[in-house]
This record gives sequence, C-alpha cells and structure tokens, in this order.
Amino acid sequence: MIAFYFIALLTLASALLVVLHRNPIYSALGLVNTLFLIAVSFVMLDAELIAMLQVIVYAGAIVILFLFVIMLLNVESEVRSARISKIGTAGLAFVLLFAVELAVFALVRDPSGAQELPAGFGSTELLAETLFSKGMLSFELTSLLLLVAVVGAVVMARRKVES
Amino acid sequence: MQQFADYLLDEGILAGLPKSLGYALVIAFFAFVLLNFIMLVAGVTSWLERRVWARIQSRVGPNRVGPQGAIQWLADGIKNIMKEDIVPTAADKPLFKAAPYLAMIGFFGAWACVPFGDGLIIADLNVGVLYITAVTGLVVVGILMAGWSSNNKWALLGGMRSAAQIVSYEIPAAIAVNAVIVLTGTLSMQGIIRAQGWAPWNWFLFDNPFTFVAFFIFFVALLAEGNRTPFDLPEAESELVAGAFTEYSGLRSLLFFLVEWGNLYIIGALCTSLFLGGWQTPHFTDNGFVLGLVQFVVFFLKSYFLVFVAMWIRATLPRVRVDQLMSLCWKYLVPISFVNLLGAMLWVVAFPHGFLPARLGMFLFGIMVTIYFLMRVAFHLRRARPEMSWNPIA
Amino acid sequence: MNPYIALLISFALCAIVAGIMCGASWLLGPKVENKAKSEIFETGNPPLGSIRGIRFPVKFYLTAILFVVFDIEVVFMYPWAVVFRRLGWMGLGEMAVFVAVLAVGLAYVWRVGALEWD
Repeated sequence: MIAFYFIALLTLASALLVVLHRNPIYSALGLVNTLFLIAVSFVMLDAELIAMLQVIVYAGAIVILFLFVIMLLNVESEVRSARISKIGTAGLAFVLLFAVELAVFALVRDPSGAQELPAGFGSTELLAETLFSKGMLSFELTSLLLLVAVVGAVVMARRKVES
Repeated sequence: MQQFADYLLDEGILAGLPKSLGYALVIAFFAFVLLNFIMLVAGVTSWLERRVWARIQSRVGPNRVGPQGAIQWLADGIKNIMKEDIVPTAADKPLFKAAPYLAMIGFFGAWACVPFGDGLIIADLNVGVLYITAVTGLVVVGILMAGWSSNNKWALLGGMRSAAQIVSYEIPAAIAVNAVIVLTGTLSMQGIIRAQGWAPWNWFLFDNPFTFVAFFIFFVALLAEGNRTPFDLPEAESELVAGAFTEYSGLRSLLFFLVEWGNLYIIGALCTSLFLGGWQTPHFTDNGFVLGLVQFVVFFLKSYFLVFVAMWIRATLPRVRVDQLMSLCWKYLVPISFVNLLGAMLWVVAFPHGFLPARLGMFLFGIMVTIYFLMRVAFHLRRARPEMSWNPIA
Repeated sequence: MNPYIALLISFALCAIVAGIMCGASWLLGPKVENKAKSEIFETGNPPLGSIRGIRFPVKFYLTAILFVVFDIEVVFMYPWAVVFRRLGWMGLGEMAVFVAVLAVGLAYVWRVGALEWD
C-alpha cells in the first residue's frame, strides 16, 4: 500500500514535470518517466504483459516519435504567453472537474461489491485468449486503424516535400 | 538461486534473518557479482576484439600490457577513471550527466534476465522476452539524450541516426522471435530454454526451416541494433567523429563503451537462449553445483562463439550506406520475417509435436553448410599464402 | 521470490555502482578549467551556431511512425504466438488477415517511395 502511494506520487510529480517544464525535450523525458512508472503500477496489479507492452509501445516507440518530431520542428523553449495561460486555466478547470468526478465515483461505489480475481488474472494466456476470441473484431479493426495511420503519415510527409 | 537463498537462510550465514531481507541480500549479492562479471566480459571483449581484428588484418594489436596484452582493458579502465570529466559549457548539464546512467541501467536490466543456468538468473519473468525488448528501449532514449544534450551537431546527428536504426531493426528482430514463441507458447527465457534439448537437433535453430531463417534474421537485426559494423553508421568515425558520444570524455565515455561491448555479449546470449539451446546439458550428475557450473560454461561458450562471429564480421565487412541500411531492414528483413513467421505457424499446425526427420535433416544441412564454408575458407587461405607469410604474433 | 523486487534491486545497485565510478573519477581526475577545452568539438574549428537552429529531414519522422505502427502490430503478435497452439486454424486466419492488412500498408509505403532514404 505504501509502495502504491509512493509510485503514485512519483508518477504525479513526473506528469507535472511534463506539463510545466518549458523545454520540450525535458517534457518528453518526463513523459518517459511517467509512462515507466505507470508500467510499475501495472506490475503491482499483476498485469505483467500490459506493463511490458506499456513500456515497449509508449516509452519505447511513442516517445521516440515525439522526440523525433521535436527535433524535426526544432521547437524552441516554450515562451509563456497570454494564450498559453488561457489554455492552462482551461486545463486546470478540467482537472478540477475530473477530481470531483473521481471523488463522487469513489464515494458512491460500494467496495464490498468487488469481485474475486479469476485464477491466472493478468497472465498472457488469459489475456490472449480473450483478445483473440471475444475481441476478434476490434483486433482486426486495429489493423485498419494502423493502415490509415501509415498512409496518412506518408501522404502528409510527401506533400511537404513536393511543395 | 532460490535453493541457494533457502540454504543460506536455513543453515548458512543468513540464518535467523527475516526471509524477505535474506532474499534481498542474496539478490543484491548476485546482482553485484553479475555487474562485476559484465565489466570483466566487456573489458576482455574489448581487448580480444582488437586482437582478433589485428590477427585477421595481419596487424599486431594491443600486446604490451600483460601477457599478449591481456590486461589492456584494465589499463584503459583505470586511465579513463583518472581522466578529467569534461562537460562542455554549451551542453545541457543535467541531461548530459544523466544520459550514461540511463543507457547503463537499460543495459544492465537486460542482463538481469539472461539465464546463465538452470536457476542462475536474477529475475525469471513470465514475460522475459518482452521485458528485454522493453528495457533495451531505454538505451535508445539514453542515446538520444546524450546526442541532444551535447549541443554538438555531430552528436545530435549521430544520436538521431542511431535511434532511427535501432528502432527500425527492432521490428524484424521481434517478428523473428515470434517464430520461436509459436513453438513454445511461453515468453519466459527459462521456459524457452527448457523447451529445447542439449542435442543440437533439439535446438530451435534446427527445429524447422523457418526457425533456421529466423535465427539469421534475428542475429543480423541484433547486430544492427547494437550498432555493430557493418551497421555502425551512427558512430562512423570517419564521418561523424564519434556519433552521439562525441562530447563524452573520461568515465562517462567509458560507461557508453561498457554498454556497447556488454551489448555484444547480450546479442550472443539472446541468440543462444532462443535458438541454440541455452544452457542445456545432459543430466550426467546429481551434484547440483557441478551441473550448474557445466551449464554456465556451456552457455558462456555458445554465446561467446557468436561474439567471436560478430568480431569476425566487423573485421572483414565494410560499412553499409544509410540507404542500404534502411532498405535492408524495411524491404528485405521485414517482409521476409513476415513470410517466415507465416511458415512457422503452418509448420506448428502441421506438426504440433515437432517432426524429428526434419530436425535431423536441418542439422545435417547445417553441418554441410559449415563444411562447405570451411572448405572455402581453407581454399582462400591456401591461395593467399604467399602474402600471408608474415606472422604478426611471432 | 518476486522477480520484480529482484529487478528493482539490480537497477538500484547498477545506478549506485555507476555513481561510485563517476564519483571516483571526480575525485581522482584533474579539474583544470580551460575555455578551449570546454568548447563544443567541431573537429578543431571554433563552433558555428548551435544545434537549436538545425531542422531534421522528414524521413526521420517517417521512420519513427513506421516503427510505431509495426511495433503495435508486433505487440499483438506476442500474446497471439503464446496461445497459438490452442487457437489453431482460427488463430492462423485471424493473424493472416491482420498481417495482410498491414502488408498492404507496407506495400503502399514502398510503392510511393517513402522507404527510399536519399
């Protein structure tokens, strides 16, 4: 329990670093840290596979993409402007709203209704069997989504080159 | 390791301690031994590599410090510790200093999941293969961090190239691994080794033609991920000075080199665990200690043979161009590994319990290829004899 | 023994040992300030400008997005490969469709020349 609060606090701190740091590279590295810590939380929930996939896909692939894009656009350190602070206020409002929502949810929910975990919960086998039987349609649709992502990226990158 | 910890807790020096603390101490001890072992392996590899290249290229190589130069690596290490740790004024200091740590942790994390013997593993995860993929991803972040924070154009270019190369080659490597996972149905490193046997025809390399192909794809992709020649463009000395590590000096550069040479052994260890039967030996004795030692030696020799092959490749092949590098990955390795995986799954559906004649056939095929290769090498050695009369070691 | 605790201990130990090595280097190494020495190395010339002015070609971005897409695909392959024996022909069909759709993507990228690195 202590471990959970410790990890949660660290996660929150690095998430704040992502949002508040002026240098985009630092933000990206803070994001790696945040995602890694979330993976640690998954491990504590016995979801090993999800934890590893979290690190591979997010910390490994997505953040590399972010870093490349930052290099590509050569984003300078962020300058505080009126517009940024407006967005910040809106963001804060949403955070508050979300916090209230969570609090309501936590109060209303009856913890005694929680179910026992089935045997082998979080194991690769169980997850895979669910994914490839019940989740078959969404699995196949994912491939279409990925296809669209590839084609879209190529089309946008090429238009820049030609013009 | 579990038995060893239990033994120490029950009757050894740790008797009387709480169980969790005892386990933690044993793990810390093993991790420390492993860390020293890595430094030894990386150091000896760095010396041996230079000697092997020199021998292949009819040069001498380092031979001054110790017999045959065998402790050159120690001298290099001490020298690097005694050197000044220069941080350029224009560099981003916190990131510049932190980058080697990140690369080092990502790299040691992979070692923690290398099975040196039955039970000789720091952390036997159920998702070991995935874990190694995930944790080596941290090295990429470390390299990009090093490249960017140096505030040097060569370093940044080298870091970007390095990252692009590593991430590209992760795809064929991962698909090739799946050809093995289809056979075993487990992601645990120990589980994959246990599914093989000590005899070469029980290795996954010879299990069916598709794993045979997958092995070569995997090995090539790992060489490229380790930024080894012929894929060492990111730190091509003649073009990019030293790539992402240009600005690093003293110990911090040593840490990056440690990662590089240690990674070489990881390449060998991964190929050995997945395809070459890992630590599998015949069960010839009931003495657990002797058996464990023999397993360790077998594993080490197998993986070091692959390290030697990587050195050999580095000494003989020229560097590829960037466009060749990318087309090799996306136009050849990725499609081939897809088709290969499809073949592997058809094989599993056709022969759910393996097919012994095919294994023996593949094994014979492997022996024939090796013999043919050795004959070619002997032929060329004979033909080149007049020019090779000078022996650099004598 | 929980293997993740073992990993945590190994990580911590590795960081400590690397820290001790850096500390030893800091204690033992010389520390001589020198303006030329702490300059950026540009093969001996005075450094020109900064990397903050450099923009990278779009092909790096293309490589990264290709990697992300295929990485997600491979991520689906791992659990699938684990239970492949139990799924049998059904699983084979599912994965064949999945791979085929992405093969179309790869073919498209290849066709329009986005794989050429020039």
